[in-house]
Amino acid sequence: MDTDLMLRVYPFFLQAAGTTILLSVLTALLGLACGTLGAAARLSRFALARFLGAAYVSFFRGTPALIQLFILYFGGPQIGIQLDAFEAGVIGLGINAGAYMTETIRGAIISIDKGQREAARTLGLSRWQAMYKIILPQAARLMVRPLGVNLNMLIKATALVAAISVVELTYTAQRYIGSTYKPFEMFLLAGILYMIIIYATGRAVAWLDRKVQIV
Amino acid sequence: MTDRTTYVQIRHAQKAFGTLEVLKDISLNVERGQIVAIIGPSGSGKSTLLRAINDLDPLTSGEIWLDGVQVNKSLPFRQYEKHINEMRQQIGMVFQHFNLFPHMTARGNVTMAPKMLKGLSDKEADALAEEQLDKVGMLERIDYYPSQLSGGQKQRVAIARALAMKPKLMLFDEATSALDPELVDEVNQVMKKLAEEHMTMIIVTHEMDFAAAVCDRVLFMDQGVVVEEGPPSVVFKNPEKERTRAFLRKHLETAS
Ligand SMILES: Nc1ncnc2c1ncn2[C@@H]1O[C@H](COP(=O)(O)OP(=O)(O)O)[C@@H](O)[C@H]1O
Ligand SMILES: [Mg+2]
Repeated sequence: MDTDLMLRVYPFFLQAAGTTILLSVLTALLGLACGTLGAAARLSRFALARFLGAAYVSFFRGTPALIQLFILYFGGPQIGIQLDAFEAGVIGLGINAGAYMTETIRGAIISIDKGQREAARTLGLSRWQAMYKIILPQAARLMVRPLGVNLNMLIKATALVAAISVVELTYTAQRYIGSTYKPFEMFLLAGILYMIIIYATGRAVAWLDRKVQIV
Repeated sequence: MTDRTTYVQIRHAQKAFGTLEVLKDISLNVERGQIVAIIGPSGSGKSTLLRAINDLDPLTSGEIWLDGVQVNKSLPFRQYEKHINEMRQQIGMVFQHFNLFPHMTARGNVTMAPKMLKGLSDKEADALAEEQLDKVGMLERIDYYPSQLSGGQKQRVAIARALAMKPKLMLFDEATSALDPELVDEVNQVMKKLAEEHMTMIIVTHEMDFAAAVCDRVLFMDQGVVVEEGPPSVVFKNPEKERTRAFLRKHLETAS
């Protein structure tokens, strides 16, 4: 194993890892926004909203994320959507992650005992007041861990945007393989950096989970 | 309103879940300050009737009136939501499983609705919480979370939470059924105290002794109808209907 080479290219990989982190953060934020909207739609009292929410989840969980990215990036211009590779990556992965987060958020909300909602409504709270004052604070605590799993998946899924030439970790590894012919070292280096990112994220999630527990 | 209108009126209440008829034409009047107990076998519709009063389980047909205002009047969705939220503020409800908010302390549980719905300041709300929790003997535990309280203590906090809205009517749905036997009395004491203060109450219970001691009237329900109603001295000691007698006999056997 050529460790000298690994140490020499390491700074460039670190820079690429920065792009992967930025991509992950933006994707997670967009995913959370889409997931919140999706869950609201899935739980709406309007049948049309429920249908649209369910269709969103089915489509984005039922097709490969790579195909979704290709449709957006390569197919987009045909229907008037012009995005650069990074934008397409964030939007494509964010909407995809949102479908998974929709189910996470919805699952946490519906797992709150219905007696909680009833007690709140009995006191005179409106649907919305009961939701944000009683249900959501309890559901939010239950969401931390499963959203952490979504986050883990999403970070790994950012490797897919190498296929549309976003210069992140995986793409950088591929590029250096082209000039060094050392796939083992280059992919290993990328893998180690992914692992560090994911490990740190996992710790942060576990910390947050402990932090939000009631007593 | 006028003294002539009965405080609480249930008129021809009918309720079906799908094809299952749970309430079959039930009418009930409760005067201001009166305490009515509802007894009957499991599945007879007691909870459904109670939950219809504040519209948690809307009636299929029939009317509910409180202090001259119809609770379940028909209005367009948004107006009805506003109306029912106002009505529910006047009707306290206590559940078998307490349903305290686990993410709030006893204080938080009691102050949440008054702050949110009546615009009480933090200071006013704190004074209210202290007053109501003192009344149920839970002042020392004001900053405890529900998970740190026993069942009896939880139920007393739940009663304080309902009382903090200054309701005109209190509904109790088997408030002591989920409690260990030695914790029942502390909750009963609180309910007795409310009775002495002439709180209007409808109490679903299977504790006949308690019902006999505090209630002005007892309703015996079976299969969605009121089989017999009257003062406890009559319904418990000298019931007219065979079904009532059978129920009480069976209840005595299982209780002893
Ligand atoms: N939400 C519901 N959906 C369908 N059936 C219900 C529902 N709630 C109650 N029931 C049925 O209505 C009947 C009366 O229930 P309930 O009012 O809870 O009786 P009780 O409180 O006297 O034990 C029972 O047969 C019960 O299964
Ligand atoms: Mg019941």
